[in-house]
Amino acid sequence: MTLLTLRALTVRRGDRPVVNRVSFSIGPGECVGLIGPNGAGKTTLMRAALGLLAHQGRSSLAEMPARDRAATAAWLPQKREIAWPVTVEALVALGRLPHLPRGTRLRDADRTAVEAALTRMGLTAFRDRLATELSGGEQARVLIARALAQETPLLMADEPSAGLDPAAQIATLRVFRQLTREGRAVLASLHDLNLAARYCTRLILLGDGLLVADGPPADVLTAENIARVFHLEARMINTDHGPLFQPLDVLP
Amino acid sequence: MSPRILAALLSLLVLALFAASMFLGHAAIGPMDALRALAGQGEELTTLILTQIRLPRALLAAMVGASLGLSGAAMQGYLRNPLAEPGLIGVSGSAALGAVIALQTGLAAGFALVLPLMALGFAFAAVLLILALAGPRGSSLTLILAGIAISALAGAFTALVLNLSPNPYAASEIMFWMMGSVADRSMAHVALAAPLMLLGWAALFTLGRGLDALTLGEDAAQAMGIPLSRLRLTLLAGTAAAVGAATAVAGAVGFVGLIVPHILRPLTGARPSTLLWASALGGAAMVLAADLAVRLILPDRDLKLGVVMALIGAPLFLHLIYKTRREMA
Repeated sequence: MTLLTLRALTVRRGDRPVVNRVSFSIGPGECVGLIGPNGAGKTTLMRAALGLLAHQGRSSLAEMPARDRAATAAWLPQKREIAWPVTVEALVALGRLPHLPRGTRLRDADRTAVEAALTRMGLTAFRDRLATELSGGEQARVLIARALAQETPLLMADEPSAGLDPAAQIATLRVFRQLTREGRAVLASLHDLNLAARYCTRLILLGDGLLVADGPPADVLTAENIARVFHLEARMINTDHGPLFQPLDVLP
Repeated sequence: MSPRILAALLSLLVLALFAASMFLGHAAIGPMDALRALAGQGEELTTLILTQIRLPRALLAAMVGASLGLSGAAMQGYLRNPLAEPGLIGVSGSAALGAVIALQTGLAAGFALVLPLMALGFAFAAVLLILALAGPRGSSLTLILAGIAISALAGAFTALVLNLSPNPYAASEIMFWMMGSVADRSMAHVALAAPLMLLGWAALFTLGRGLDALTLGEDAAQAMGIPLSRLRLTLLAGTAAAVGAATAVAGAVGFVGLIVPHILRPLTGARPSTLLWASALGGAAMVLAADLAVRLILPDRDLKLGVVMALIGAPLFLHLIYKTRREMA
């Protein structure tokens, strides 16, 4: 069983392919890090996979009716938008909208899901605060909780750790790992290759819209791949505390 | 405040203002006389005043206010901007142009409903134009820009009509109409506006869920299964029907759609879905109150509703900006 299957997914901007014939599948239990330099097509790939962008090729999610898609995959956009001064709890509860048969009234199951999401992200003490008055990093956590409350088998997140303090970054990736242990799957674009190496079960490396490598972190983060795609000299060091990835210098 | 208490309070407010609107006016009619007259048992003149003058006036004030408040809340929710208002999409400007042409050409003098019908026709044309410009795949920015362009065009034509107006009486009649009023309207106006407004309200009330989801932005809302292009179509059609009909019977009444959602937002927990019906009730209350003010402050000077509304609305708006300037910075 797979949760997301892409077949030769291609997105063009003008004549230039921004995502070029990318194929892969994600199954339950996988925590997949989508890595690549700026402009590699990570965001475009995820938005097209969700059917939010016109594309060629196939995406199993994009082909679903909107309601089924919302029950299969939760999407956490890179742009963190909270338009109105709603409470943290109300904002997280928005994640339940796709599950409500109609209207906006929450049922008991929905409240349980909201509670679980708040607890997971350590936000129970914030529930009555106005989301717009929180700091950027706190807002990011609230929005992740919103996506968790959707309780989908697949969570797709665009740079979920950007702007978070180190502890919150690690806590977020730990939550993702926890989800995968419960049989769910995560696809997250990440810029922090060390976090990607340590917490993802699988990495997909994009360069110029092409899928360059796909596999376990140690196989993807090779010196050669990193030099070719990121123009970086870097080392992956295996320690007692797991792998550490450290960029050393920019290549000419 | 819990939504239920808010709904009860706002409903009571609307009922009280509606009753006041029936009982207060140029002719002093006591509440008991008024009730007897409404039941058809009072003096003929009293019955006439109540059913032919005050009832349509109060009904129109409430309907116009509800339409403006509701579409203002929907528009702000869709654009995620507290400065949005229903006039933004050019419907009220175009309806005003239609009315002005009806007045200028003298068509309105022949038959009382020509003016609102012309206004409705122009409002409808404006919607078709905005759909062509910011159609199903357009963004909210295209919608705003198209609305501004259409408003500007309608304003330019309105100015042209005034400019070329050969006699000062027609010009002053146009000016007065444009100030907006619900005075001297008949039940025929109510009957003309009511079906369209009801259609518009029905469309706008379906948007609650989508507008709530839009709190998280267009991408997140769409990924949560909200069909954005259908939501935009429903919003445009609903606003056009409600605001087009409101402008057609009452002229341009500004600020209601801007101010009412702004005042009620903190009381609704800022939830766009709750704000929809709260703003409908709040808008009705505000226009009823403004129309009462028109009657009570300067009863002999034919003060216009739109003028009073702007006089109340603008300072209120300034106050709100002053209060929230730190958040808006």
